[in-house]
Amino acid sequence: MNWVWFHRFGSPPYFYSVAGRIVPWLAWPAASLIVAGLYGGLVLAPPDYQQSDAARIMYVHVPAAYVGLMAYIVMAMAAAIGLVWRLKVSHAVAAACAPIGASFTAVCLVTGMLWGQPMWGTWWAWDPRLVSMLVLLFFFLGYLGLRGAIDDTARADRASAVLAVVGVVNVPIVHYSVIWWNSLHQGPSLLRKGGPAMPASMWVPLVLVIFGFTFYFYAVTLMRARAEVMRRERGGQWVRDVLKATGDKP
Amino acid sequence: MTASAGAWSAAALVVQRDLRLAFRRPGEWLQPVAFFLIVTLLFPLALDPEPARLRILAPAALWVAALLASVLAVEFLFREDGRDGTLEQYALSGQSFAWLLLAKTLTHWLLTGLPLVVAAPLAAMALGAPAASIPGVLAALLLGSLSLSLLGAVGAGLTLGVRRGGALLSLIVLPLAIPTLVFGARATDLAIRGEPMDGSLYLLAALAVLALTLAPLAAAAAVRISLE
Repeated sequence: MNWVWFHRFGSPPYFYSVAGRIVPWLAWPAASLIVAGLYGGLVLAPPDYQQSDAARIMYVHVPAAYVGLMAYIVMAMAAAIGLVWRLKVSHAVAAACAPIGASFTAVCLVTGMLWGQPMWGTWWAWDPRLVSMLVLLFFFLGYLGLRGAIDDTARADRASAVLAVVGVVNVPIVHYSVIWWNSLHQGPSLLRKGGPAMPASMWVPLVLVIFGFTFYFYAVTLMRARAEVMRRERGGQWVRDVLKATGDKP
Repeated sequence: MTASAGAWSAAALVVQRDLRLAFRRPGEWLQPVAFFLIVTLLFPLALDPEPARLRILAPAALWVAALLASVLAVEFLFREDGRDGTLEQYALSGQSFAWLLLAKTLTHWLLTGLPLVVAAPLAAMALGAPAASIPGVLAALLLGSLSLSLLGAVGAGLTLGVRRGGALLSLIVLPLAIPTLVFGARATDLAIRGEPMDGSLYLLAALAVLALTLAPLAAAAAVRISLE
C-alpha cells in the first residue's frame, strides 16, 4: 500500500491548505444539519408522553455526550499517531481537539443537570453515566493542564500524548467500575436491539443533530489545527507567503 | 551497571540503592504514613464519633486517605533521580528502562505503600471496624496500594520537571485511580460488614496485574520524554 498521501499530511503547509479547503465542506453541512435537526426536534417532534416538552433538551444533551466522547477518542488517536510517526501536524490536531471535547463534555453535563432537575428532582445524581462523563471532563482537564504546564512544545506534545493514550485505556475501566452503582439514568434508547425506543419524528431529528455536531466538531478542530500549525511554524517561510497572499501582516 | 549484567541483578541493584537512600532519609517515607493516619483522624472529628456511623464511613475514609497519601508520596518518586541524572544513566544503561522503573516503583511501594497497609489496622480499628474484618481490609489495601503506586509512577513521569507539578499530578492520577478506589472501598465495606468480598478482591487483583504490566511501559515513555 502506498503511504505517500499519509506522509504528505505531515507537511504543515500541505495540511494547512488542504484543511482550509475541507473546512467549508464540513461547516455548511454542520450548520444545515443542526438547524434542520433542532427545528425537527424542538418544533415538529411530538412532546414526550411522560416528560412533555422538557425531554426536548435531549436534542442537545445526547449529541453533546456523543461528540465529547468521540473528541477524546479522536484526540487520543491523533496523539498516538503523533507519538508513533512523530508527525507534528498530528500533535497539533490533538491539541486542537482537547478544548472542544472538554466544552462538549461540559455542555453534556450542564444540559444533563438542567434535564435532571425537573425529571429526577435533583441536579446531580451519583449515576455511572454521569460520573463517567465527569471523569472524562477531568481527563480533558488533566490533558490540558499537562500541555499548559510544559513550555517546550515538542515535549508538551509527547507527554500529553502519552497521557491521552493512558486515558483511552482507562476510560472503559472507569466506565465499568462506576456501573457498580445502580443506574438512575435511562438506558440507551437510540442504538439498541430492536431499533430505537422512540418514533421516527423524534429519532430522526436526534440523528440529524448528532451528525451536525459531529461535522461541527471536525470543522472547528480543523480550523483550530490550522491556527495551531501556523502558530508553531510562525518563523517559517510558507507562513509568510500565506500571510502575504491574504494581505495580512506577519 | 553494564548491559552485560542480567535483568534481575540490575533490578536488584536499583532496589538496593533506593532502599539505602531511603533509610538514610527516613522522613520521606514516614511522611505518607503520618499523613494517612492524620487524614483518617480528621473524619471522626469532622463527623461525630458515634461508632455505627463511623463504621459506615470507615471504607471511604481509609481509601480516600490512602489515595491522597499515595499521590503525595509518588511526587518524590522520580524527582531527585531526575535532577541528579540517575534516570538518564538508567536510560543509557542498555537495560530495559521500563524494567528498571518497575523495580524503582516497587521499591517505592515497599517504602510508602506497604507502611500504609501496616498502619491500616490501627486506622480501621479506630474507625470502628471489627477485628475480624482486618485481614480483608489489609488484603484490599495491599492490592490497591500496589495499583496506586504504579499508576502514580505514570503521573510522576509525566510531571517530572514540570513547574507546580504537585497539583497537576493529582489532577492526572486521581481520575486514573477511580476504579481502584471503587473496588477497594467496596471490598473494605464488605469486609467490615462481614460479607464475602472475593469478587471485589479479584477485581482489585486484576487492576493490580493490569497496572503491573502496562504502567511501567507508560511510565518509561513518560520519563524518557521528560529527560529529552
